[in-house]
Amino acid sequence: MKVLVAVKRVIDYNVKIRVKPDHSDVDLTNVKMAMNPFCEIAVEEAVRLKEKGVASEIVAVTVGPKAAQEQLRTALALGADRAIHVETDAAVESLAAAKVLAKVVEAEQPGLVILGKQAIDSDNNQVGQMLAALAGLPQGTFASEVVVDGDTLQVTREIDGGLQTVELSLPAIVTTDLRLNEPRYAKLPDIMKAKKKPLDVKTPADLGVDVAGRVKLLKVEPPAERQAGIKVGSVDELVDKLKNEAKVIS
Amino acid sequence: MSILVLAEHHDGQLSSATAHVVAAAKQIGGDIHVLVAGQGVSAVAEAAAQLDGVAKVRVADHAVYAHQLAEPLGDLLVALADDYGHVLACSSTTGKNVLPRLAALKDVGQLSEIIAVESADTFRRPIYAGNAIATVQSEDALKVITVRATAFDAVGETGSASVEAVATVVDNTRSTFIKEALAESDRPELGSARVVISGGRGMGNGENFTLLEAIADKLGAAIGASRAAVDAGFVPNDMQVGQTGKIVAPDLYIAVGISGAIQHLAGMKDSKVIVAINKDEEAPIFQVADYGLVADLFQALPELEQKL
Repeated sequence: MKVLVAVKRVIDYNVKIRVKPDHSDVDLTNVKMAMNPFCEIAVEEAVRLKEKGVASEIVAVTVGPKAAQEQLRTALALGADRAIHVETDAAVESLAAAKVLAKVVEAEQPGLVILGKQAIDSDNNQVGQMLAALAGLPQGTFASEVVVDGDTLQVTREIDGGLQTVELSLPAIVTTDLRLNEPRYAKLPDIMKAKKKPLDVKTPADLGVDVAGRVKLLKVEPPAERQAGIKVGSVDELVDKLKNEAKVIS
Repeated sequence: MSILVLAEHHDGQLSSATAHVVAAAKQIGGDIHVLVAGQGVSAVAEAAAQLDGVAKVRVADHAVYAHQLAEPLGDLLVALADDYGHVLACSSTTGKNVLPRLAALKDVGQLSEIIAVESADTFRRPIYAGNAIATVQSEDALKVITVRATAFDAVGETGSASVEAVATVVDNTRSTFIKEALAESDRPELGSARVVISGGRGMGNGENFTLLEAIADKLGAAIGASRAAVDAGFVPNDMQVGQTGKIVAPDLYIAVGISGAIQHLAGMKDSKVIVAINKDEEAPIFQVADYGLVADLFQALPELEQKL
């Protein structure tokens, strides 16, 4: 079974972001970029499926600027067999990304597609679900366990209040939650080998997809700052403040 | 244009989050309809009919909608959406699972987790783990939106909307519900509790969370945890507060043994009053705490319990 994994280049999760002074967007110049953490989990799951003999080939795909090829090379170093870069400098919204991926799914006919549950920049949590809808496939979102059994897939999903297990017919779309696995690090020899693995470059136009945005970004602001608080000296003082000053307990 | 709100419900009960989503719908303006989809949901529909501002409750009661799987629910919403200018749901795991399917099938974008309504087409939403707030305008005819429940005050329950059945039944051959394992709790639900007390890696192990339980019982609080505490296996992951867990905004949030990583703050920094108890006075949590106590939690917690 062929497994398709979508990855996204995002700001590194450790970076404290800055809003541009003109409030047009977040400032991404000279900021460290990396693979979205949920996408790392998606790649790891695909590699584990290959190690178990379930997956025969892993294809990594990304939609984004030329620099996003770094993240595809990372996926190749981690175990993907080849990569597809759909290159565009446009700000790609979820729907456009899902349309591009749906075309790739149509061309590649994978048995399983794995994506992260959300990207830590836009925090949208949409692309996997949108891809499933467009490709006419079932979805297993927020997966914490994935078991392929013949032509079906059992997915344990993290839902509010606990866990839910569903069975999906294959092919299917899975989005990863944090606890699905712990991603491995790329080893130096694998990073060297990854440079020789095939990487196809296409454009959204090649796939017949218009990536123009639907949502206008009017303004980006820093969140309201909290007022600096005080340090109390004892539990007594804390209880007193909560009762008589903040009045949040009685 | 009318607004359709997808009701959130579990075990035959309407979730309190729905009243918050209806509040967001009221700010948009227009007739508000609530869709209750599931199996055996007449009690849920009656509860939804009592929410202030709701004009009509539409009930899709059929086995195919049991457990609210994304595939049939998405198809149902697609069938109903043409009557509406907005479709709203809570940004719960159900809302997040279903609404993007509707958006894609109607070829429109989706706005996730809005925290404010500026106008019928302009909304505010957090990005980058809440470290920036974006004001966005949707140019689509149909606006598909998930709402962060804690950002809107719940509407009252003195309404009396009409209830009507939805005849639409869709097929679902692609997904099957197998089982559910829910964490049992007598305490208030984390997402809607007035007081939340959370433990982090500093708790040391899962047994020590009983120290929090004693205080939670006195305050009527829900118990949460940081990702570090969940990853360390102290508590189950549905207790996690943060960017990748639950977003809470209670009146009082007590963070115990939590350093205050960006990902945790994204889940709780809109709480009215934040208390931090930590022995490391350099911990970033003190930068957002209204009241900070630098102390060993193993001494401070029993003392706090005794004095409440």
